[in-house]
Amino acid sequence: MSDIRCVNLCRTFHQGDTAVTGLDHVSIDIKKGEFVCLVAPSGGGKTTLLNAIGGLDKPDSGEVWIAGKRIDNLGKSALAEMRLNNIGFVFQAYNLIPVLTARENIEFVMEVQGIPAADRHIRSAAILAEVGLQGLEDRRPAKMSGGQQQRVAVARAIVAEPEIVLADEPTANLDSSSAEQLMDLFVALNRKHNTTFVIATHDQRVMEYARRIVKMLDGRIDQDIPQVGR
Amino acid sequence: MKMIAIVSRLAWRNLWRNHRRTLIMLVTIAVGIWAMIFMTALMRGMVNEMVRDAVRVLPGHVQIHHPAYLDDPNIVNSIAAPDSKLLEVLSGPDIVAWTSRVRVPAVVSSARESRSVTLLGVDPATEAGVSFVAGDIVQGQFLENRDDDGIIVGRKLIETLETGLGKRIVIMSQDPDNEIADRGFRITGVFDANTEALEEGYVFTGVKAAQDFLGIPGRFHEVAIVGTDFRQFDRMYQAVKNAAGPDFSVLPWTELNSYLGTMLGVMDGFVLIWFVVVFLALSFGLVNTLVMAVFERIREIGLMLALGVKPIIILSQIVVESLWLLTIGALAGNILAWLTIRPLRDGVDLSSYADGLEMFGYSTILYPEMTMGDVVTANVVVLTLGIIASLSPAIRASRYQPVEALTKV
Repeated sequence: MSDIRCVNLCRTFHQGDTAVTGLDHVSIDIKKGEFVCLVAPSGGGKTTLLNAIGGLDKPDSGEVWIAGKRIDNLGKSALAEMRLNNIGFVFQAYNLIPVLTARENIEFVMEVQGIPAADRHIRSAAILAEVGLQGLEDRRPAKMSGGQQQRVAVARAIVAEPEIVLADEPTANLDSSSAEQLMDLFVALNRKHNTTFVIATHDQRVMEYARRIVKMLDGRIDQDIPQVGR
Repeated sequence: MKMIAIVSRLAWRNLWRNHRRTLIMLVTIAVGIWAMIFMTALMRGMVNEMVRDAVRVLPGHVQIHHPAYLDDPNIVNSIAAPDSKLLEVLSGPDIVAWTSRVRVPAVVSSARESRSVTLLGVDPATEAGVSFVAGDIVQGQFLENRDDDGIIVGRKLIETLETGLGKRIVIMSQDPDNEIADRGFRITGVFDANTEALEEGYVFTGVKAAQDFLGIPGRFHEVAIVGTDFRQFDRMYQAVKNAAGPDFSVLPWTELNSYLGTMLGVMDGFVLIWFVVVFLALSFGLVNTLVMAVFERIREIGLMLALGVKPIIILSQIVVESLWLLTIGALAGNILAWLTIRPLRDGVDLSSYADGLEMFGYSTILYPEMTMGDVVTANVVVLTLGIIASLSPAIRASRYQPVEALTKV
């Protein structure tokens, strides 16, 4: 069974009188545990597809199914609930809540889920160690480097053990070393927890880690290429 | 419960992201609340003092009359002394003092001048607990007993009549047979009052002396009763009314002096309007602060929505942020009001404006009155309307689409 299923998705944006095609009849199935890269030049539709999968944006037509449940017709609160319990997000920037410490940011999703404090602390301590941020628990985002912030964001995305992690250009603001560390972490988590990863990128380094590359062009899927990955 | 903790923590920390803006807003709210309470305490003190003075002049809190007396204050519209049933109520715990009076219109003449006045026959023993006159004697002395046939006149009247203490004046009135009743009285005391109208309009003698002079032995024209609080007279009024029965007119001071009664009601309404006006002034700052706070955090709000936080939680966070601001500001305003009103508890001397104040019946010493009711109302108005005002930016924040908010520059 597919973890993610998109059927005939269309999305058009309007900029003044100009209509810009974001998605043009896109259909894709992604199975549980896959490590997929959505690759496209800027404006190619990868972020739009990622947003549709994550329920952050609604397609004009078509269907989106997550873990066997159709989500494109859900209301705001139901979508929020679905995101909370099924999906971890990692964005390019502005990933963290500035007034919370690293530990509080990591525990935020669990707190909203209603997980007891004792459990949260155990899990956040473990994930902080896993992403190599021991000793930075009580720092706020402003006191951390971009790479550290991104690792906190990854920790937050996976700590609640979602079925799917969606990452939009996660390495765009990172140096080579930080980017490599982050992708190693993604792969390790994918293997350890069988979490489905869908990463939108045009970073060649990221593509090397993928076991499936979906190339998009002008809002359509141009190529769908399986590969070995690192 | 968990969401309340998250929302409160986020709201509190977000509040202090911009210290300067938050502090300015807190000062604004505190000054607003202070202005509400302080100004109301001054106004309340002024009006209450005026009512107390007016009630203390003669009427008391409740009066009993012959049913026709107020429309026609004729000597024949008199009543007997309170019976045993009424006396039982008058000795109850809700009543501080009461007195029976003879009260008729009269003309007073000296060797040089004449004036129309109201002649009051009073029992000095009970009158002292009801009205001002026994305590405000500036020359001579007050009446000694019910039989005392000396006359007490106001300072202004003694000037007008061009007479003096110890001299005789003639009082002329009407007896029950519509015949002229007149006799000379010796001035034994001069009283001082808040207004010249009072000093010129009333003369006092012993009640027995007045009854004898007018030929109405054992009859009175009014019973004036004072309770514990001029605002809380209703229970006492009902008890007196029930005990007096239908053959008497029993009226509270709010009806006897409808101008003051209305003024007290208007004052309560004015206080609420004043609170709302002050709130409107500070609400602009509050809404602006919240709008800016939301505007600066659009991407953060988008992130929270993307992570699965429900819109209602975003809305709650902004409202709680407003609630923090309002609560701290209100607390500071309350403390400031208490600190500024407390030193004035012995009164503010306004004697330099005495002439103007007297014209309106105001006392020259102003005692600010900070009542719990006004404090609670001010705080409830600010908190309630503040939360309502914060709903607009809060609803706006909760309606963002995550993807739109995340891509805002």
